[in-house]
Amino acid sequence: MFDPSLTRGEKISVSLTFIVTGLVLLFLITPILAIIPLSFTADSILSYPIENWSLRWYRVLIENPVWAGVTRNSLIIAFAATICATILGTLASIGLNSRYCPKPGVITAFLLTPMIVPVIITGVASYFFYSKFGLTNSYAGMIIAHTILGIPFVVITVSATLQGFDMNQQRAAYSLGARPFYAFRTVIMPQISPGVISGALFAFVTSFDEVIVALFIAGTEQYTLPRQMFSGIRENLDPTIAAVATVMIVVSLTVLALAQYVSARAEAKRSS
Amino acid sequence: MASEQVVSTPMPHAESKPGRNLKQELRRAGRRHQRSTLLLILPVFALVFAFFALPIAGLLTGAVNSPEYQQNFPRSAAIIEQEGGFNEAFYAALYADIRAADEARAVGKVGRRLNQDTAGFSTMLKKAARKSRKTVPAEGEHKAWFKSVDKRWVDARYQAALTRAAPAYTDFFLLKSLDLKRNADGDLTLVDEKKRLFVDVFLRTLTISFGVTVLCCLLGYPLAWTMVQASPKWRNVLLLGVLFPFWTSLLVRTAAWVIVLQKEGPINTLLVSSGLVDAPLTLVFNRFGVFVALTHILLPFLVLPLYSVMKTIPKDYMRAAKSLGARPVYAFFTAYFPQTLPGLSAGAILVFIMSIGYYITPALLGGPKDQMISYFIAFYTNNTINWGLASALALNLLIVTLVLYALYQRITGGNRVSLGA
Repeated sequence: MFDPSLTRGEKISVSLTFIVTGLVLLFLITPILAIIPLSFTADSILSYPIENWSLRWYRVLIENPVWAGVTRNSLIIAFAATICATILGTLASIGLNSRYCPKPGVITAFLLTPMIVPVIITGVASYFFYSKFGLTNSYAGMIIAHTILGIPFVVITVSATLQGFDMNQQRAAYSLGARPFYAFRTVIMPQISPGVISGALFAFVTSFDEVIVALFIAGTEQYTLPRQMFSGIRENLDPTIAAVATVMIVVSLTVLALAQYVSARAEAKRSS
Repeated sequence: MASEQVVSTPMPHAESKPGRNLKQELRRAGRRHQRSTLLLILPVFALVFAFFALPIAGLLTGAVNSPEYQQNFPRSAAIIEQEGGFNEAFYAALYADIRAADEARAVGKVGRRLNQDTAGFSTMLKKAARKSRKTVPAEGEHKAWFKSVDKRWVDARYQAALTRAAPAYTDFFLLKSLDLKRNADGDLTLVDEKKRLFVDVFLRTLTISFGVTVLCCLLGYPLAWTMVQASPKWRNVLLLGVLFPFWTSLLVRTAAWVIVLQKEGPINTLLVSSGLVDAPLTLVFNRFGVFVALTHILLPFLVLPLYSVMKTIPKDYMRAAKSLGARPVYAFFTAYFPQTLPGLSAGAILVFIMSIGYYITPALLGGPKDQMISYFIAFYTNNTINWGLASALALNLLIVTLVLYALYQRITGGNRVSLGA
């Protein structure tokens, strides 16, 4: 287990580090997992020990039209924003990585600013600006705002894959008579798809998890899952919140698994 | 770059054949490529410009631009700007302004703006507007009329507020966001002690962020180090342990902490049943809750960049240092630790940047005394409609964030530190 060159003192400090690591890991994971059993309680308070188990709160979740509505909103907005951000971001990354692009550094920095500016500022600014054009309390406004928040992730991940991509392949395709879109579809896209997919995943999670912009520009009609949870935590913390949280944990585990799968496959492809 | 060199090389043969001018054709091809490249970038650029950059610019102008008075009270504003003083002509103009604004239902807007400066103006204006509907002061009696409506109208303190509100551009909100104001002579002074708030909020934001950053470093360093030392199998387990909370919804994590830390929560249940404490502790809706939850949420942002740097450090360095006679602690701090600094500082700045702008977690897990600058930006936007002050606070936050981000860029050398798996 230990490097043989270590002294006893070092072995002790290494062991201590391992113990600290274990504790930090517990700190990272247990609070999230602790919420899961609470969603299966039959009581209406969120506390351990759980005496009676039931699926009562999941039934509430399914039967309450509010939660169904906000879930639908979240999915609509997240899918629309992901599609827009992925297409626009991928095209831009290809442009930015072309040697004909003037000032790519400046343009990239500009496209990444939505990630750097604190979201509270984006939220308030969008609220003032969008209200002038009737974009507050609308799906369009939410989709535009979430698209902008997702673009930086797509630009980062796609640019990263393009760095290892030889753009001469595109010229080779052209010289063989391929039209630009055909060359893009058959030559470029298959090679940058890991970057595109992980960018899309990031954009999806960003939108699906976003609450601050929603707090400012979404009307009750457009309330998203996180927005509704925000109200729930603030006003009425009952086991329904635990049930929603459990569903969302399952969703995020799925997304994490997908992301891991994509990067593992890309790794395998690169090494083969 | 190579293509430009080719283009700039004179080519006498090509020039002799018009129509097949290579130099021109290359240039034309270059332009065509550049056009199609820009066409790829244009949609995103236009979108981010129109729906992100413009709104932010609009918000920031709102910190210095407050045209309410000038737009609705143009006559009296003109006299103030010409430094005509608060004489009969001014009050006559003010009366005319109030009449016109009353007709246009714009008195409330101006009253709100003036009230942001000095409390009481809103009622004063409403009262004056109401009275002005019934009585018309005689020529030369306007100042007396205002005095009879409310003697504050001729008070120097309120006149000074009118002077500040009249120009379309003002430093009033920016100064207020730093607890400063201009006195009657136009000099900068601190606002009254009881009204001081924002310097405190700013310091509180920095203190909490600093504390969270230190906690993240203390917890994240051993974790990242163990990840590097561990066997591939264990490394994956640890990595998943970091990525799982990273990908879990922020609201889920916040809800989890509220539930875990509350009075009836598992931690208090455990503490009470084990006899460690007699009564449940208050662990949430205070500073402690904010620290715990923010550290939990931001820890992955420290661990991942640090891990990606530690991964590249050869293990031989420590061994070499020790073989040269260094004691382990000395070897660690001289041979190993300095090499991890780029990752540690990049992660620490990232955590700091993210925590100074945090809104959700302090809003849900903190008490009134633990709210950070973001809370006040939201508060002045939604609750008390004081958009000038909200904009000024946003400008302060943005400046600090951008300065720190520039520092982050410098440390990472423009290379983005990997956040993925």
